[in-house]
Amino acid sequence: MSDNQSNNAYWSANIRLIAVCLVIWALVSFGFGILLRPMLSGIAVGGSDLGFWFAQQGSILVFLGLIFFYAWRMNKLDAEFGVDEE
Amino acid sequence: MDQFTINLLFVGASFALYIGIAIWARAGSTSEFYAAGRGIHPVTNGMATAADWMSAASFISMAGLIAFTGYDNSSFLMGWTGGYVLLALLLAPYLRKFGKFTVSEFIGDRFYSPTARLVAVICLIVASTTYVIGQMTGVGVAFGRFLEVSNTTGLLIGACVVFAYAVFGGMKGVTYTQVAQYCVLIVAYTIPAIFISLQLTGNPIPALGLFGEHAASGEALLSKLDATIQELGFNQYTAHNGDTFNMVLFTLSLMIGTAGLPHVIMRFFTVPRVADARWSAGWALVFIALLYLTAPAVGAMARLNITELMWPNGTEGQAVSIETINSDEAYAWMETWQKTGLLDWEDKNGDGMIQYYNDASPAMAERAAAEGWTGNELTKFNRDILVLANPEIANLPSWVIGLVAAGGLAAALSTAAGLLLAISSAVSHDLIKGAINPNISEKGELMSARVAMAVAIAVATYLGLNPPGFAAQTVALAFGLAAASIFPALMMGIFSTRINNTGAVAGMLAGLIVTLVYIFLHKGWFFVPGTNSFTDADPLLGTIKSTSFGAIGAMINFAVAYIVSSMTKPIPQEIKDLVESVRIPRGAGDAVDH
Repeated sequence: MSDNQSNNAYWSANIRLIAVCLVIWALVSFGFGILLRPMLSGIAVGGSDLGFWFAQQGSILVFLGLIFFYAWRMNKLDAEFGVDEE
Repeated sequence: MDQFTINLLFVGASFALYIGIAIWARAGSTSEFYAAGRGIHPVTNGMATAADWMSAASFISMAGLIAFTGYDNSSFLMGWTGGYVLLALLLAPYLRKFGKFTVSEFIGDRFYSPTARLVAVICLIVASTTYVIGQMTGVGVAFGRFLEVSNTTGLLIGACVVFAYAVFGGMKGVTYTQVAQYCVLIVAYTIPAIFISLQLTGNPIPALGLFGEHAASGEALLSKLDATIQELGFNQYTAHNGDTFNMVLFTLSLMIGTAGLPHVIMRFFTVPRVADARWSAGWALVFIALLYLTAPAVGAMARLNITELMWPNGTEGQAVSIETINSDEAYAWMETWQKTGLLDWEDKNGDGMIQYYNDASPAMAERAAAEGWTGNELTKFNRDILVLANPEIANLPSWVIGLVAAGGLAAALSTAAGLLLAISSAVSHDLIKGAINPNISEKGELMSARVAMAVAIAVATYLGLNPPGFAAQTVALAFGLAAASIFPALMMGIFSTRINNTGAVAGMLAGLIVTLVYIFLHKGWFFVPGTNSFTDADPLLGTIKSTSFGAIGAMINFAVAYIVSSMTKPIPQEIKDLVESVRIPRGAGDAVDH
């Protein structure tokens, strides 16, 4: 595989990973936290419902997980495609 | 020792700490100043970024806005943290690979156009100035309370301190000063929250206490809060009362704006490696989340405490009497805050008691008539005072109150001074030296930087006296402007090889101007009160408030850039190569001085 093709494959793998992460990002905030909250209203969490918890706590925790997951996966991808630093 | 002396001690000690560290770790040259992030562990860098990021809006203002609105203001929580995901995934690693120091340099190089760089600088100046107005609002509240003077006097004194602090300068760039500021700020925020959570729920972790049991009644804390405030005619705290579309747009604007603000992005230019840029965003969010997970608990618990203080015999019983307010220690905070002009009450019906209820609620009309109430008597409760007043409201020891004063000032001063530095260097370096007069002497450049700083703070102080909203709302407008102008240009610069110089310039200008005009139509032209044609209660377009318009502005920016680019010449090969190289981590050298 030439350098160019390998770089393209690396970039599409990155784009796929970003897309997955952003779907989760939107799902927990705009989804569970706002638009889908009525559907989650049956699940009680301490005096309110799951949607309220996602809006005020859960989304932030998921954001944290996403950033660390992405950093970990990308650093592995860098090495796999031989584009890491050093 | 009285409270005033204790506050003075805490604020004085925290300032001595910052100055001491700044002298100890003195930055010598410009490149040292910029390179402060290099060779520093990503965790330390994350902490410093968190201090840089969390301003008066996060510390002083946000919990108050959540407290008095409830669920609907969750946008602030999701928006200001969710933006870090965009930053970490879409911008930080690539901008680090690009290897220069400022956002406008990237835009200038990627879009091979000095005009694009100039437009980016203008966008940065507009967004940053709006941001400073919000900070000055917070500074006024903090100084007003801490020096026990009116809000106006507090703001004027605060402006002088901020100016001196910013001119003293270099301190800002020293990472360890910011680490110290972060520590003061987070301790000051969480200690009172832990105390109050223990008082109300017995749980030492506020984020868990929020969903725990209210110890006094045995009910869930949130159900108790909902029930209590609904009996007084207020909206249910946990319910969605506002408009859903506006809430989505507002959250999105804050997220995109977070990833478009230069002073945050800049920190990722100077981490040692591309991999570190990815980790650093995560560590920054860890330290930011400590405050953001606590803030909703602070808001809800403070709202319950305030309501119970105003109705000591329960909401069915009698309201608090003026005699109690004047004599009881637990109400001493009301008198101190009345001095700032941000809290006030009036016994409208002359019954010697202060009834706090929602007089706009039709459900309350009957009870008001039966009991002889003639309107809500807690006439003024500025949202921005809630966090600073919170330890006094909960009757916490006086050292906690002093600590919170120091924390609030740390948050407001560090961000305000940092933004002023960014504005002054944008004007003197990018605008004057880069475009208007390239032959300006070094002395002239320094002079224009000082003048720009003085002008910015004068404008921000003037507008801070009659701010377009509470601190966090004004700051939200700044995020809308950054979202509409900077973020789309950066993202398209990395992810598209089709957008050319003309497209980028047209997109940025369209996004900025449309958003700015929409904001001015609702908040007054150049934020001068009274010159607005619409209000956020009844906005121009459907339910879209001016604070939420940034997301629309960003879409306009994307669309205009795309259409204009497809009608003009494609980008040259060397720029395609530049984009290709930015996408690959290998070969990232040190960031270079400019």
